[in-house]
Amino acid sequence: MSETTGAHALIKSLEHEGVEVAFGVPGGAILPVYDPLLDSPIRHVLARHEQGAGHMAQGYAWATGKVGVTIATSGPGATNLVTPLADALMDSVPLVAVTGQVPTYAVGNDAFQEAYTTGITLPATKHNYFVTDVEEISSVVHEAFHIASSGRPGPVLIDIPKDVLNARTVWSEPGELHLPGYKPTTKPHPRRIAEAAEMIAAAERPVLYVGGGIIKAEATEQLTALAEATGAPVVTTLMGRGAMSDHHPNVLGMSGMHGVYTATSAMQKADLLVAIGVRFDDRVTGDPEAFAPFAKVIHADIDPAEIGKVREPEVPIVGDARQVLVGLLEAWGERETPNLDKWWTTLRNWQEDYPLRYDQQDDGPIKPQYVIEQIYEATGGDATVVAGVGQHQMWASQFWKFDDPRRWINSGGLGTMGFAVPAAVGAKVGTPDELVYAIDGDGCFQMTFQEMITAAEENVPVKVAVINNRAYGMVRQWQRLFYNERFSASDLGSGIDYVKLAEGMGCVGLRAEKPEEVADVVSRSLEINDRPVITEFVVDRDEMVFPMVPAGGSNDIIINGPEDL
Amino acid sequence: MTEQHTLSVLVEDKPGVLARVASTLARRGFNIHSLAVGPTAEAGMSKMTVVVNAPELEQVKKQLHKLINVVKITELDQHFAIEREIMLVRVNAPPGKRGEILEVASIFKATAVDVAANSITFQVTGQPAKINDFLDLIRPYGMMDLVKSGRIALAREPKARKLKATG
Repeated sequence: MSETTGAHALIKSLEHEGVEVAFGVPGGAILPVYDPLLDSPIRHVLARHEQGAGHMAQGYAWATGKVGVTIATSGPGATNLVTPLADALMDSVPLVAVTGQVPTYAVGNDAFQEAYTTGITLPATKHNYFVTDVEEISSVVHEAFHIASSGRPGPVLIDIPKDVLNARTVWSEPGELHLPGYKPTTKPHPRRIAEAAEMIAAAERPVLYVGGGIIKAEATEQLTALAEATGAPVVTTLMGRGAMSDHHPNVLGMSGMHGVYTATSAMQKADLLVAIGVRFDDRVTGDPEAFAPFAKVIHADIDPAEIGKVREPEVPIVGDARQVLVGLLEAWGERETPNLDKWWTTLRNWQEDYPLRYDQQDDGPIKPQYVIEQIYEATGGDATVVAGVGQHQMWASQFWKFDDPRRWINSGGLGTMGFAVPAAVGAKVGTPDELVYAIDGDGCFQMTFQEMITAAEENVPVKVAVINNRAYGMVRQWQRLFYNERFSASDLGSGIDYVKLAEGMGCVGLRAEKPEEVADVVSRSLEINDRPVITEFVVDRDEMVFPMVPAGGSNDIIINGPEDL
Repeated sequence: MTEQHTLSVLVEDKPGVLARVASTLARRGFNIHSLAVGPTAEAGMSKMTVVVNAPELEQVKKQLHKLINVVKITELDQHFAIEREIMLVRVNAPPGKRGEILEVASIFKATAVDVAANSITFQVTGQPAKINDFLDLIRPYGMMDLVKSGRIALAREPKARKLKATG
């Protein structure tokens, strides 16, 4: 290859890694990269804010399983990326972020649009690079993609000064990876697997507690096979929704703070938790001292730092979730499915006694759960659902029945409000043939709705349902329950005209204010496929999310509804 | 309860690696008591000896392991490790006191490396406890300045083979 620039070498490297799309916002220091990008087959999606670009790359990665790529300039461009990076780190989303930096001679001199990007993002990334030599670009990009996508996936940032981007170089293929400190263990230890299989066979009240690790490892099939072979019930985390079909009789749903009663209680009464690709998050365990008091624990995760972090397991297993499940299935062998009738009787009784519920009156305000059920009915569940953070997120995860992995996208660990709109755009870009329906709250929507302009301009016909309760609903719920109904700074007032706003951004806007209008608005939204659609549902602002275990409380004490308060 | 732990961390010799290690410890609010970094036997690698005040280090060791540039971490047991420090200390030493001070110094094999009209600067090397003992004895004379290297440490080799050879 002939001599070229660092910027062009960067684009070549991205192409070499198989990048098809990048989400970004240009600016001074990254300008050299945007020039060769014009001639590259890589599609660039121009976001309206770097946070949006980052969340789009996340949505793309969630939906496709590929590495999401985002590009930003120095200074504010890079600092605006911090939230998506931190979000991706928490939720193990493979991301590569490329940021421009001020020229090397100006670095550290408080130059215009200078920020210490690698310093700021150090604790928000799996790894980051400051490239000082143009010859490093090819190998750094290669390493970055390897690190982002292997082991426990996560975000990697590459910061490149403008003079390095402009320097002359000859692009060459990256050499062998040299990462002596990075060798993720994917293959589980056979002795541990054998011990685990014995424990499962001996358990009377086992629970398979599974999360995002199953989805990342693409282990749905093996998980389903293990659940069927062992007869064990399956509880998913928020991140693990869709890891196994909600229609499978063994699946109890999500557990924890807003989990379904049966799933949460199953863990409390279990004598064995088979935890795979989960991290015993505080939203799952509640008070860790009171969590699953009777259970022995098998904990399998690809990240050794997760094992024993919250709960010391009887059997620790480091490995890739799929390889762990394959190993468990082999170790299980031809064993008969244990008789767990007594356990299942308990679980089925709970399911009957404590279903998810809400009360939609014909002449009352729209209940948010009703909206979600209506979208589910109208789509037959054949959609990718993207949520922000808060009440709407919990209702979406509770009331949607997920059949497949990668069709539930949300901000789990970091809890980033405003995630839904840009993540939906990214998901739709990555899976254009899928119906992508974001279920968002009005508070979340108002944090990032400018990315609907991106959706319209880039011809990405996503649909966004705004569950409008004119408030930060979850904040309001906590203020109602724990702060004597003193609603400080949680009221969003009369709000905005979402139909006009939608039209102003080049989208279609629809609104439902009464229960009988919901189905019609949903079905009209499904008929429009040439433009993004925003559907506003004016809902009961006093509706609360139940079940609920108050933060830090014991999972034995579940508030099932307002009557328990 | 906060205790002192000595970590020996093998890292790739790359810019920023010290910041990554320090940041991982700082996130937990752990104070670094001392730190020494330098090249090691393997080319392209550095070894850090970090003495940390922390109640327990299990989780933070795992977090350090997650750093891409960290190759190996060993927590050294003080009873099974060779630990050394070097100290330079400048002591107030008017002519009338020099004799006494030099006597104390000779017991500790402290070397006078700079002598001025009213001060002597000593170099002391050895185990941290020895250095602290020397300091306790010298302190009454008045310390004018003091600097210590971070602690460096190596695990001791198992003795089994040696015993067999002699016995």
